[in-house]
Amino acid sequence: MTLAASAIGKNAAAFGPRAAPAPLVAAAIFASALVVLPIGFTIIQATGVSARDAVDLLVRPLVGRLLFNTVGLIVAASATCAFIGAAAAWFVERTDLPGRKVWGVLAVAPLAVPPFISSYAWVSLSNSLQDFAGALVVITCAYYPLVYLPVAAALRGLDPALEETARSLGQTTWGCFFRVVLPQLRPALYGGVLLVALDTLTEFGAFSLLRFRTFTTELYAQYRTGLDGPESSLLALVLVALCVACLIGELKVRGGGRYARVGAGTRRNSRLAPLAWTRWPALAGFAALILGTLGVPLGMVGYWLLQHASAATSPVAPSLPLLLAATLASVGYGLAGAAAAVLLAAPLGYITTRYPSRWTVLLERTAYLAQGVPGIVVALALISLTVQLIRPLYQSAILLVFAYAILFLPFALVSVRAAMAQVPRGLEEAARSLGLGWFAVARRVLAPLTGPGLGAGATIVFVFVATELTSTLLLAPIGTRTLATEVWANTSTLAFAAAAPFAAVMLLISLLSTWLLANRLGAVAFAGRD
Amino acid sequence: MADLRIAALTKAFGGTPILRGVELVVSSGSLVAILGASGSGKTTLLRLLSGFERADSGTIEIGGQRVSGPSLHIPPERRRIGYVAQEGSLFPHLTVGENVVFGLSRAERRNPVKAEALLESVGLPASYAVRPPQELSGGEQQRVALARALAPAPKLVLLDEPFSALDAALRLETRQAVAVALAAAGATALLVTHDQSEALSMGMEVAVLRNGVLAQVAPPEELYRRPVDAALAQFVGEAVLLPGVASAGFVACALGRLALARPGADGPVEVMVRPEQIRLEPVARIGTVKAKVLAIAYFGHDASVEMLLEADTMPVTVRVAGHMAPRPETEAWLSVEGVVMAYPRSAPLVELPLPLASGKSPADKQRAFTATN
Repeated sequence: MTLAASAIGKNAAAFGPRAAPAPLVAAAIFASALVVLPIGFTIIQATGVSARDAVDLLVRPLVGRLLFNTVGLIVAASATCAFIGAAAAWFVERTDLPGRKVWGVLAVAPLAVPPFISSYAWVSLSNSLQDFAGALVVITCAYYPLVYLPVAAALRGLDPALEETARSLGQTTWGCFFRVVLPQLRPALYGGVLLVALDTLTEFGAFSLLRFRTFTTELYAQYRTGLDGPESSLLALVLVALCVACLIGELKVRGGGRYARVGAGTRRNSRLAPLAWTRWPALAGFAALILGTLGVPLGMVGYWLLQHASAATSPVAPSLPLLLAATLASVGYGLAGAAAAVLLAAPLGYITTRYPSRWTVLLERTAYLAQGVPGIVVALALISLTVQLIRPLYQSAILLVFAYAILFLPFALVSVRAAMAQVPRGLEEAARSLGLGWFAVARRVLAPLTGPGLGAGATIVFVFVATELTSTLLLAPIGTRTLATEVWANTSTLAFAAAAPFAAVMLLISLLSTWLLANRLGAVAFAGRD
Repeated sequence: MADLRIAALTKAFGGTPILRGVELVVSSGSLVAILGASGSGKTTLLRLLSGFERADSGTIEIGGQRVSGPSLHIPPERRRIGYVAQEGSLFPHLTVGENVVFGLSRAERRNPVKAEALLESVGLPASYAVRPPQELSGGEQQRVALARALAPAPKLVLLDEPFSALDAALRLETRQAVAVALAAAGATALLVTHDQSEALSMGMEVAVLRNGVLAQVAPPEELYRRPVDAALAQFVGEAVLLPGVASAGFVACALGRLALARPGADGPVEVMVRPEQIRLEPVARIGTVKAKVLAIAYFGHDASVEMLLEADTMPVTVRVAGHMAPRPETEAWLSVEGVVMAYPRSAPLVELPLPLASGKSPADKQRAFTATN
């Protein structure tokens, strides 16, 4: 202890006034390095292409078409999500809409429905819903809550005094909305839209089922046909670049938006606008929205569940042992992934809250970078990496858990960090002055106080892992089938009834965990997706 | 309980020296108050003692055992130093009773009587043991924090501005309860504060920390009556400073010929008189000087009167009992009770901002205090 402390003590200047314990720093660096690993490896692989070839590879009809598809969908989905999300938020937060509390909960619930389940539901409802139109419907249904949540929070945070001032200066209701309310909502709106764009870029399963070609589906196709190589890495880098641009944009607008809301003290609540007769169209709109986002997935899964097994137009008939095995695999990997992500996030969260400096900020930002790396890129990089360098890890359960930990580290980190920041340092010092060593402090002070936050982080990661498709599809050990891969396999062969039991269990796990988060683990829970 | 020896202790943060060689000896069982303006390094000193920070150089010995020195840094948990923080830092996930016994062994923690006895030792009812700390008032929380710090029988107790977050009435009551509990435990204690009345009333000795060194360590009365320099005199209480000439144990100044507390070299000096040493008299006597009332700040129990001496252009502040306060624009005669301090004056007297009758605000006082150093 003293040796380690004196060794790190020399670096005191680098880590702020007080030096973080060396093992914690090492663990935090390890976590951040793990996030950089797949991107770094993809870049190294891409350097195998000469500059001229790279230009040839990037400037060709395929890339153009992928870009057109992706950007087109992002633009369309941003518009629909922004409109639906902002409108829903306004009705729930600012009007006397009947049952607005219930609508508020229902408006967020679609986040618990994995997009590819939603896509399975729509595809099995009608074959005509494919390609662009299908993708737009599915993406809008799945991701409009990413706009709804921040805009609703911003609306709650708006100071009604500003609107009243505008009215007193002669603005009409509409003038007030466009000149006062909307500008203040802008950071939340842009932040939400950028998250929609980011998730659209990284989505794979939903598009694959809809036969909509984007970067992710193309990368998967290249891998399947054995065409993956430096060219694939190059394509992956284009995708990563788009994602990171969205991520940085989101960070920027969110940063600005947050500061704008700080320092308000206690405010009066805004007056709720009376809807009068317009409440009927508003209610109809909400009903339609919930029907599309929750009704269709739940309804279609229910419908196919009730069909006779013969309707399963595939040899993979649903069988109970198969369902049980897949459930166990999903839950098992979910737990392992959650544990791994929280274990990686804990030292990072600790040193960034206790020893803030530009180095720890750098480590933290690096970890958040994982949000901008699509699962397919991580999976492909890890496959190449293990095949070329660490063969025994290829298609091992450990590698898959590592992939989950990398992908969902940011979500764990948000919760862990919030939990750690809420524990005043004085408490740890009080415990140490009472004779407790660092381990006893962690066990008797930190663990009980950060428990709910860590639990929330773990639950979020659990839901994501238990419903994760892309990396599982590519990295799972041979013979391992999870709920997600079963749904995917059956749906790809149009065996909708066969897919239904797996989809039903997935939805059950997801909705139950989300309910647990919202009710038991507190508001911290939603910070991850906010 | 043990004695504490601090020698040549230094600490810098990012190249800025905070402590520049602190020397202090606290004998076993006594309570020493460390008085300092904000930014003087008080909290840093406590954090070095408790082991949360590592000293750059110098040594700390507690009960003859060295806990900090060259290539030695005993971690906080092995120093056996109780620490009571400004905000109490009670564990929110534990009850009051569980908080109090937190530092004890597992077997002792199981004994419910232990927590109750400890609570009673700080003057709190035993029934508080089962309550969550959030339900207690600020003063009660501080007492619980003290009981928790005293529970493992530490060699030394450190109190970091434990009363500053409390309102005035609660502060007085909590101070008394803490003083009683510390005395009953026979604890060697170090109290850090920026409140001079708190330091003077609680400390058996008061150590004034200024610019990273202890400017003076003395019993409260000694510190107040005989501060080592003029700036210190202004920091600890209010001071009237006048130019004068010392000779043979007396000093001649605008307030007359006054006896020196500590006769020094003859020559030009700066004379320091406490405002309450100056008396207002209705009629002239031998040794009184005439003055006119400029302004009065009336506080109820006493009043601070600004008077312009006839013989001088500089106003002096006089403190009189509330019922003795004169009327503005009237005249009175001033006399000085007791002995006064004089400091060698090499340079012309620093022109300090004139104190208003109400006395300076603490911030002004701190500024003047640090500026003259």
